[in-house]
Amino acid sequence: MKPAAFDYVRAEGATEALEVLHAEGANARVLAGGQSLLPMLNMRLARPAVLVDIMAVTEWRRVDDDGSHLRIGAAVRQVEIEQRADLARRQPLLAAALPWVGHAQTRSRGTVCGSVAHADPSAELPLVLVALDGRVHLRSRRRARQVPATGFFTGMMATARADDEIIEAVSLPCAKPGTGYAFREVSRRHGDFAIIACAAVVGERGARLAVGGVADRPVTRDLPAPGSPGLPDALNQFAWDLDARDDLHATARYRREMVRRIGREVIEEAQRCRA
Amino acid sequence: MPRLSADRRHQVSFTLNGRAAAGEAEPRMLLTDFLRHVIGATGTHVGCEHGVCGACTVQINGHPARACLTLAVQVQGADIKTVEGLAPAPERLSVLQESFREHHALQCGFCTAGILMSLDSLFRDKPDAAEAEIRETLAGHLCRCTGYAPIMKAAVAAQKKLRTGTEGPANA
Amino acid sequence: MSTSAPPTWVGRSLPRVEDAALLTGRGRYIDDLGAPPGTLHAAILRSPHAHASVESIDTARARELPGVAAVLTGADIQKLTTSLVVGVKAPVECWPIGVGRVRYVGEPVALVLARDRYRAEDALDLIEVGYRPLPAVVDPRVALDGGSPVLHEGLGGNLASDRSFRYGDPERAFAEAAHRIAIEIEYPRSACTPIETYGVVAEYDPGIDAYDVLANFQGPFSLHAVIARALKVPGNRLRLRTPPESGGSFGIKQAVFPYIVLMGAAARATGRPVKWIEDRLEHLAASACATNRFTRLEAGVTNEGRITALAWDQVEDCGAHLRAPEPATLYRMHGNMTGAYDIRHVSIRNRVVLTNKMPTGLNRGFGGPQVYFALERLVQRIARTLSLDPLDVIRRNLVPADAFPYRTATGALLDSGDYPTTMAKALDQGGLAELRRKRDAARAAGRLYGIGYAAVVEPSVSNMGYITTVLTAAERRKAGPKNGAQATATINLDAVGSVSVHVASVPQGQGHRTVLAQVVADALGLRPQDIRVITDMDTAKDAWSIASGNYSSRFAPAVAGAAHLAATRLRERLARIAAAQLNVPAEEVLFEGGKVRAKANPDNALSFSRLAAASHWAPGTLPADTQNAIRETIFWTPPELTAPTDADEVNSSLCHGFIFDICAVEVDRTTAEVKIDRYVTMHDCGRILHPGMVAGQVTGGFAQALGAATLEEHAYAADGSFLTGTLADYLIPTVMEVPEPLVLHHETPSPFTPLGAKGVGEGNCMSTPVCIANAVADALDLDDISLPLLPARLAEHLHGPEPAPKTRPTALAAAPAKTGERRLFGEGQATVAAPAARIWAMLLDPNTLLAVVPGAHGIEKISDTQFRADVTLGIGPVKGRYRAEISLSDLDPPRAVTLTGGADGVLGFGRGRGHVTLREEGPDRTVIAYRYEAAIGGKVASIGGRLLDGAARVIIGQFFQALAAQAGGRRRGVGAWLRRLLGRP
Repeated sequence: MKPAAFDYVRAEGATEALEVLHAEGANARVLAGGQSLLPMLNMRLARPAVLVDIMAVTEWRRVDDDGSHLRIGAAVRQVEIEQRADLARRQPLLAAALPWVGHAQTRSRGTVCGSVAHADPSAELPLVLVALDGRVHLRSRRRARQVPATGFFTGMMATARADDEIIEAVSLPCAKPGTGYAFREVSRRHGDFAIIACAAVVGERGARLAVGGVADRPVTRDLPAPGSPGLPDALNQFAWDLDARDDLHATARYRREMVRRIGREVIEEAQRCRA
Repeated sequence: MPRLSADRRHQVSFTLNGRAAAGEAEPRMLLTDFLRHVIGATGTHVGCEHGVCGACTVQINGHPARACLTLAVQVQGADIKTVEGLAPAPERLSVLQESFREHHALQCGFCTAGILMSLDSLFRDKPDAAEAEIRETLAGHLCRCTGYAPIMKAAVAAQKKLRTGTEGPANA
Repeated sequence: MSTSAPPTWVGRSLPRVEDAALLTGRGRYIDDLGAPPGTLHAAILRSPHAHASVESIDTARARELPGVAAVLTGADIQKLTTSLVVGVKAPVECWPIGVGRVRYVGEPVALVLARDRYRAEDALDLIEVGYRPLPAVVDPRVALDGGSPVLHEGLGGNLASDRSFRYGDPERAFAEAAHRIAIEIEYPRSACTPIETYGVVAEYDPGIDAYDVLANFQGPFSLHAVIARALKVPGNRLRLRTPPESGGSFGIKQAVFPYIVLMGAAARATGRPVKWIEDRLEHLAASACATNRFTRLEAGVTNEGRITALAWDQVEDCGAHLRAPEPATLYRMHGNMTGAYDIRHVSIRNRVVLTNKMPTGLNRGFGGPQVYFALERLVQRIARTLSLDPLDVIRRNLVPADAFPYRTATGALLDSGDYPTTMAKALDQGGLAELRRKRDAARAAGRLYGIGYAAVVEPSVSNMGYITTVLTAAERRKAGPKNGAQATATINLDAVGSVSVHVASVPQGQGHRTVLAQVVADALGLRPQDIRVITDMDTAKDAWSIASGNYSSRFAPAVAGAAHLAATRLRERLARIAAAQLNVPAEEVLFEGGKVRAKANPDNALSFSRLAAASHWAPGTLPADTQNAIRETIFWTPPELTAPTDADEVNSSLCHGFIFDICAVEVDRTTAEVKIDRYVTMHDCGRILHPGMVAGQVTGGFAQALGAATLEEHAYAADGSFLTGTLADYLIPTVMEVPEPLVLHHETPSPFTPLGAKGVGEGNCMSTPVCIANAVADALDLDDISLPLLPARLAEHLHGPEPAPKTRPTALAAAPAKTGERRLFGEGQATVAAPAARIWAMLLDPNTLLAVVPGAHGIEKISDTQFRADVTLGIGPVKGRYRAEISLSDLDPPRAVTLTGGADGVLGFGRGRGHVTLREEGPDRTVIAYRYEAAIGGKVASIGGRLLDGAARVIIGQFFQALAAQAGGRRRGVGAWLRRLLGRP
């Protein structure tokens, strides 16, 4: 169980990394923390011709908090976000979800942007990004662009990123007063891929629920406010619309049931957190 | 940095347990294989090679990390600590190691090195880590022999001893 | 040396001598030992198919890869070996590699030997195998059907053995019973999955036609004979060694033996040392696991719940090959089919079935989990049916305290115990009263709380003859009797009088070196640190027998006992030598505190080391009638372990511990997750030699059993695809899932073992799965419950009827009926602006197919209706190259056609069939409708199952999307159609 051969470039600056991506396109993969990519390399599920290690690119190692948004650079490890003293205040949803990402031993290496790029439908960070209406900052040699998170994930491990682009950062809004956040996940064991993960954002204008682990990507929906009579029906419709599947660890029915039940619980919890 | 070509071996220099170390590796060589078969530090074990079991956990720049999910070329210039670097002297055990022995927290010993590296890092970063946090750190490791209870006991006892050591016996 | 020696070292939880090395990274496991210069590293190409005939293997490109020394196939191995012996009398062969046929996912197909493992795996990718897939069978009961695919034609079906047994008068007992209560169980497959995988280093010396193999094999060494025979050498030309440390086994490392044959043959074929370290994917798919078993168990019961008769019908699934020592899993428990109960009338039917799954082998608990799950679920069912307290049913049936040694109906001799008292202590010390109060309170509050029990007899020290119970008495007579359980130990005194001990116990973490040092120190009046214990094994030099090895919990009762006997015998000889020097009778010589002295006069003493060295330095001074005292080897076998009788009664094990477990659980009403509130496990394992290690065995076994009960399953789809190929799908419990059990003890020493000890390592693997299941069944008020306790499955009992959606999503696919089923179904349609005739013409045009087959590099037209293409398929970074074939059939121009396609590549294979219809709605307007079904298997199915169905849908969707786009040009409607196709909201 050893990787197939590849070239390796440790980029010293963004330009160098983007040059390789430009030249190699789909044959290149960005290596950041490697916690999703390395298992795929070891199993030979992925066989890139070249890996571009971006962890030495200083400009991508930044975390910026401009008061309204948290912007997390491509080379920022999950543990660095997790350990920010003010994280629970600045963005409680991210703070609640991060401990569910893998294990401490993988968060120490894995990056936030890497998890977003990998686009596993059960992953927590894409879910949080979608729930918060975050943005993905893409850059290639030729251009930079931003894509809203809700449009970034296009399917199972598929995203709007072009082959020559890198996610140079993701940005997500900081907590707003009067808005409550809650996160919950059901998995077979702690640290496993989610059977279902729910992230709720409840504010003045009602509730928003994002669900991971059920559809082929994290999906978000605006729902009636907690306590309103239409909520159960809307949750039920959401549950069905996600087109859940059976797998080894849970049935489609169970997943729908969890959307209805856990979905409501997280919305209610987020409502309580508004105070 | 020049592109390291797939079919060649390249020099990787790093610090291993406080000493300079170097060896040659193809870009695809995993840090596990590099440490074990190139450097000769076989204390780090290989259990799954997909990042789940935790047996290969080492410290990279102070943080616990899966050596099987790390390429040797990625640790160029890094500070690596492995189980071979835990004991204060060859004939002595560290507080954590001694606590494992005392509490029968190992049987076959295959997963043990990784667990020690995670706990060593945790107790250094967070000497007062709550029991829940110790447990969560251990959740990144699979042990098939002990049923974990003795490992938790050893970890909690070691933490207490380490804290007492820093704070002085008056606080014991 | 210590002046105030303790009464005994045995019985104390001394720190382990093993630990200093293991804690500092100086352990010596197989992959730490280095390999001889010139060693080749092996990688194994494995079958992606559950069942296929191997039509061709092209190894040319692999052999040309620089660094590759050889590529071997089944035919090459067959030339150098003979088939492994099979445990039943049947004309079937069992090779360590597929020979013309593969019968389970993961079965070896080819072997690459290269300068390193990376290079060897590169070469695997270059081997092209032509498989002709055959239908597969995975359910043992289905495998018995006449119409099922047959794995081994020599058997004439899939039934390898069918034996019926009768003890007492079961027909009459059933006829007279007030109630007949039955239960049916499907016990799933799981394995104890050591963290260290298999490893083999093999060398062959053609000059002397001898093999030298290092492997982390665990025994039993009866398999040494099997290996030597397969390698076509006498036993003295197979030197099998084990490394000093082994990273866990739990039975599983028994099944490294076919790989010893394979690597031995590879070493011979290449003339070089060969090393193979199994990886985790190989381990999960193709090492070994416990059997899955269907059981129907019926009891004849009185109104009071007294069980008067049992009728067992067991269908044992040993997977694709009946590999030695199978079907031992089925017969290990044969003497114990009445568990802890006094039941005199028993009938048993045992069938052994082969299916397209990994061959089974030793696994902790070996046969016990399957038996006790049925028996202890039945006890709960009896209580439920008769409205009795399960504890009363257990109590009324336990073997009485005054009945020991107790001969069970099926032949086991229960050595010692007091089951009623032990159970009463467990209920009291385990706090049952409190748990019952908690249950009442929880239920009053609408919560789901349950309590379960299990009473289990834990057999240890297997009778090497029990497996012959699978043969008829006449067959046994012909084959000659098999029985006993030889244990060996050697004590050595060197020239300075220091003591070393050698045993053939092959530990994998059980601390044998520590305990043996304690045992021998006690016998010789020394300290444990004075004793050096060597447990790595070398069949060329050590004393061993077929029973050697680490299995059936035989260390404490048998091996430690043998060491005690050897030390005692050596001490007696030393005493005679000392007697001459001290001028006292030998009986008056005392060994204590490193001295040997006269009992009456402490000052009349010698140092132990001086006495112990005497045989080296001055043999001429030994008393005339005394042999030298340099080395003592004991072979010990218990006389109680006799061969099966003509009536098929068998004392299958020497020792029988008793376990009584209590489990209290709460089930979450929302998620149906099971939380263990308390687990109490009471053990009578005879005399305890090292309390710390006994505790470790119990908590460790408990954790594995909890995994088997709640998380772990070697899961196969109906088509034989293996579904749990990574540790992200084969779920081993972590510290978060495992509570600490309350461990209690009640000691009744075994009268049959030298130290009074019994085995303790396997009991919880037998008692805990059923105890947890009983608790959950109690919490949810269920009649039936199956393992693993998947929350999604339990939730079906909690969540009631499901609310329908207001609007049905326009999803494409009907959800597959069975969890884990690999078959996909789908349908969809699209409207395109083109006449049907044009679309029809395109369908038959290779250029169209080139454009619409996702990732096609080139398309080759074989005939008007057959095409072949190289395609690259994948999602995200997961990409693989495949060879695809598409054929068209049922042509009904221009209205309908069936497309049948398949793709094969290193990541696996897919087969699909789609029916396409064209319907003209207007002059330039055609509706393309399609339905498809597809199946996917191989590596991707095993390791990426979680993502696979979605990926397949995407790829099949891409095909039809492209077809529609090609037909109708790039129209805006296609995007919306595609979204429907992919089932997005």
